[in-house]
Amino acid sequence: MSIFTMTRRNLVALTAAALVSGATLQAARAEETIKVGVLHSLSGTMAISETTLKDVMLMLVEEQNKKGGLLGRKLEAVVVDPASNWPLFAEKARELISQHKVSAVFGAWTSVSRKSVLPVFKELNSILFYPVQYEGEESERNVFYTGAAPNQQAIPAVDYLAKEEKVERWVLAGTDYVYPRTTNKILEAYLKSKGVKAEDIMISYTPFGHSDWQTIVADIKKFGSSGKKTAVVSTINGDANVPFYKELANQGVKATDIPVVAFSVGEEELAGIDTKPLVGHLAAWNYFQSVETPENKAFIEKWKTFTKNAKRVSNDPMEAHVIGFNMWVKAVEKAGTTDPDKVIDAIVGIQVPNLTGGVSEMLPNHHITKPVLIGEIKEDGQFDTVWQTDGLVSGDAWSKHLDGSKDLIADWQTLKCGNYNTVTKKCGS
Amino acid sequence: MGAALAALAAPLFKVLLMYCLHHILRALLLLLGMASAALAGPYEEALPKFANDSYADTDAAIGAVASSGNPLAVDVVEALRDGRLLIGSGQVFIRRSSGELINAATGQAWGSPAGELKPVRINNRLRRAIEAALGNLTLLSPDAGRRLEAARAVFRSRDEAVLPTLEKAIAQESQAHVRNALENARAAILLSQLDALPMQRLGAIETLEARGDQDALALLSNLPPDATPEMKAGAGKAVAGIHTRLALWEAVQNVWYGISLGSVLLLAAIGLAITFGTMGVINMAHGEMVMLGAYTTFVVQEIIRAYAPGLFGASLFIALPLAFLVAGAVGVLIERTVIRFLYGRPLETLLATWGISLILQQGVRTIFGPTNREVGTPAWMSGALEVGAMSLTYNRIAIVVFAFSVFAVLLLVLRYTSLGLYVRAVTQNRRMAGSMGIRTNRIDALAFGLGSGVAGIAGVALSQIDNVSPNLGQGYIIDSFMVVVFGGVGNLWGTLVGAMTLGIANKLLEPYAGAVLGKIVLLIAIILFIQRRPRGLFALKGRAVEA
Repeated sequence: MSIFTMTRRNLVALTAAALVSGATLQAARAEETIKVGVLHSLSGTMAISETTLKDVMLMLVEEQNKKGGLLGRKLEAVVVDPASNWPLFAEKARELISQHKVSAVFGAWTSVSRKSVLPVFKELNSILFYPVQYEGEESERNVFYTGAAPNQQAIPAVDYLAKEEKVERWVLAGTDYVYPRTTNKILEAYLKSKGVKAEDIMISYTPFGHSDWQTIVADIKKFGSSGKKTAVVSTINGDANVPFYKELANQGVKATDIPVVAFSVGEEELAGIDTKPLVGHLAAWNYFQSVETPENKAFIEKWKTFTKNAKRVSNDPMEAHVIGFNMWVKAVEKAGTTDPDKVIDAIVGIQVPNLTGGVSEMLPNHHITKPVLIGEIKEDGQFDTVWQTDGLVSGDAWSKHLDGSKDLIADWQTLKCGNYNTVTKKCGS
Repeated sequence: MGAALAALAAPLFKVLLMYCLHHILRALLLLLGMASAALAGPYEEALPKFANDSYADTDAAIGAVASSGNPLAVDVVEALRDGRLLIGSGQVFIRRSSGELINAATGQAWGSPAGELKPVRINNRLRRAIEAALGNLTLLSPDAGRRLEAARAVFRSRDEAVLPTLEKAIAQESQAHVRNALENARAAILLSQLDALPMQRLGAIETLEARGDQDALALLSNLPPDATPEMKAGAGKAVAGIHTRLALWEAVQNVWYGISLGSVLLLAAIGLAITFGTMGVINMAHGEMVMLGAYTTFVVQEIIRAYAPGLFGASLFIALPLAFLVAGAVGVLIERTVIRFLYGRPLETLLATWGISLILQQGVRTIFGPTNREVGTPAWMSGALEVGAMSLTYNRIAIVVFAFSVFAVLLLVLRYTSLGLYVRAVTQNRRMAGSMGIRTNRIDALAFGLGSGVAGIAGVALSQIDNVSPNLGQGYIIDSFMVVVFGGVGNLWGTLVGAMTLGIANKLLEPYAGAVLGKIVLLIAIILFIQRRPRGLFALKGRAVEA
């Protein structure tokens, strides 16, 4: 009995001691490190895509520390798991900013998770780097969009198909949520402005994780056999892609007949499919692992060493994080502080090399310049770049092809406004 | 006279001389031409273009090689298609499937090339050009399968230049289905050929009408602008006929898709029909049993790939019993360690099994990683069977057959084995069964293991059509509960009818309402149905209901 109480007392004492020393340790460390928040789902549906980005961030932080850190201090990555749960993203963002006092956060994947954390970043005035291609129609002071806006991915892809493949009939297939809906709205308006008739556009939405594609693939086949060249523009998200491509292959829809160009399928997604029947289907991104530049070669090497996996692939959102992180580092060095207000002002105009041989620049609308690459799927699950833009394309926060947004511009440098209306000359549309 | 003769002979001789000279010259020229062809004909001139790494040059080279008549042309174009046409130090090589290297210019074997070789890159436009070129080149191939492929390729490319070869191929074709494909190809060309005879073009319309599929429809509804009124009338009639035929087939196809979706639902739900249906355990970890089965398939395939690649075709059959054992064992473990303490407390069971499902998901994520794992499809399950105007994919056929077999076996097990007898006894009246000497605890564990094992088997089948990822089970758990509740708790037949009804209703709704709305409509219908009949389609009657 006495032993029991003794142990319990000891335990309490030990815990208290641990807590105190932990707290002092933490306080001491907080002075010497700069903290970087990593807000990516490590469990749940989105873990499949987001876990990789967490690893990239850890690698970038480690690398920067090897170079001597930032402003003479070491960097420290604080990783939290929002578990693919949208409200939890907001809670975890608050935790990162208020509790861990991070200087910037790199994170979010789906548009809904970004929308969920926006108010937190505004309220607590922190910085978010968002690395994924998205639907646009947004520009916030506290957010930097390092992924592609629709004019850096969707529009060039459609142009490519119309010009090179002579496509006249379009299937816009997507998962039923905000990114595909907005992208398809922009694409529909764009195609119609190019003279495509309404009956030559078929729009189809499916629920998240849709796995039975028989009817839709049969519909696409039927739509595509009118004698006019047909292509599918796919904004199908994540997990639903594998059964979609499997069904395409099984029903014998070949890339030479009806090519599918995807905006959400990269090297990582293809790693889970037998790609032989998919050869020739397309994807539009700003980066492919197969791009042959010295920068990319070095990056892939580092990545494989860091993950201790020679088969690990790299993809577009990873490159976006590399660019975003390097831009932030340069901006902090320029500002001489990690204070968000100063960094937000300093980062516009910062240029860093991307991995495809160009130099990306942070624009006043908080989007960046990127090249657009169209790749065809190869047998080994990699992409073969078949076309790319001559130079870099500047990201548009507001689409020129939608009625509500064509007069809007974002400029956080001179106008200090994310939705300035050029017709009424007023901020706030 | 002599003078006259001489006067006549002189021009004659001149003509003769000229004639001879002309011929000699022509022969010489021909010789020269042949010599130069051997040195640098169109084939040899085209080859270096492959080395330019430009799509436009490769396109031109394909055309030139295909029309050169060189015996190596087919090899070159096929190698290009398969990524076996290699370039290095300005020369072009063909790699045979045996690995042997051949110099494409001479056809001679090439031992060890100097420098690095890389394949000629192709894109979709070139793939189409290759297909068309191969079609033209292999129309007269001795192999019937290749002739059929060629006929289909020509049907798509509609290359007018190939018409004479096509006529020859039709004239000497002995197999009816190949001849039919060749005639289709000819009809497709004739339809758009401006200088074909009107009779021929009308005949082409008839051929296409007989073909009666969507490709024919596309050709017939896009008649060339010079079409005569007769042609337009003929095509109009044909189009109407094909439309009716296709509409009929589409209805059949939708029902088939429904059966196919129904069998997937049946597979996913049938294990739950035992654990939830007969035992009354609300098992939220049921989907994870399916996932474990799918991952077992992945592991089996990895081992087979590493140690016995020849067995790959049988990998699914090897995975079946293993998936049953793995999922079943985990099921028994869960029952023994968690669920048995919670019988009769549905809410706690629900929460506990939900927790288990999260643990299993994260466990698999930690071991296998969060990304999808590739489960290959054996050759016998790839492709599609063409029946009339619809295509039945082999993997769906296999899953339908498999789902019904599993159902039948399970029915037999419950009906005719002692385990089945005990399970039914325990389900109907636990205390009475116990008094009769049945060890109800053991039966609970075994029944739960059986249900979980069947879910594992379902995972093997679902790995063929869905992602193998830690989230695999999540996509099926709601549908499974829906099927079991709709069909009637505690009745296997109810599960079968429920799954088929939901599958077919879903697929009949989808073309009209779209995938999203279709699912919503179905959910509302089920809610209304459950309001009217809370115990589902096949409600158990009698004492079991109160138990």
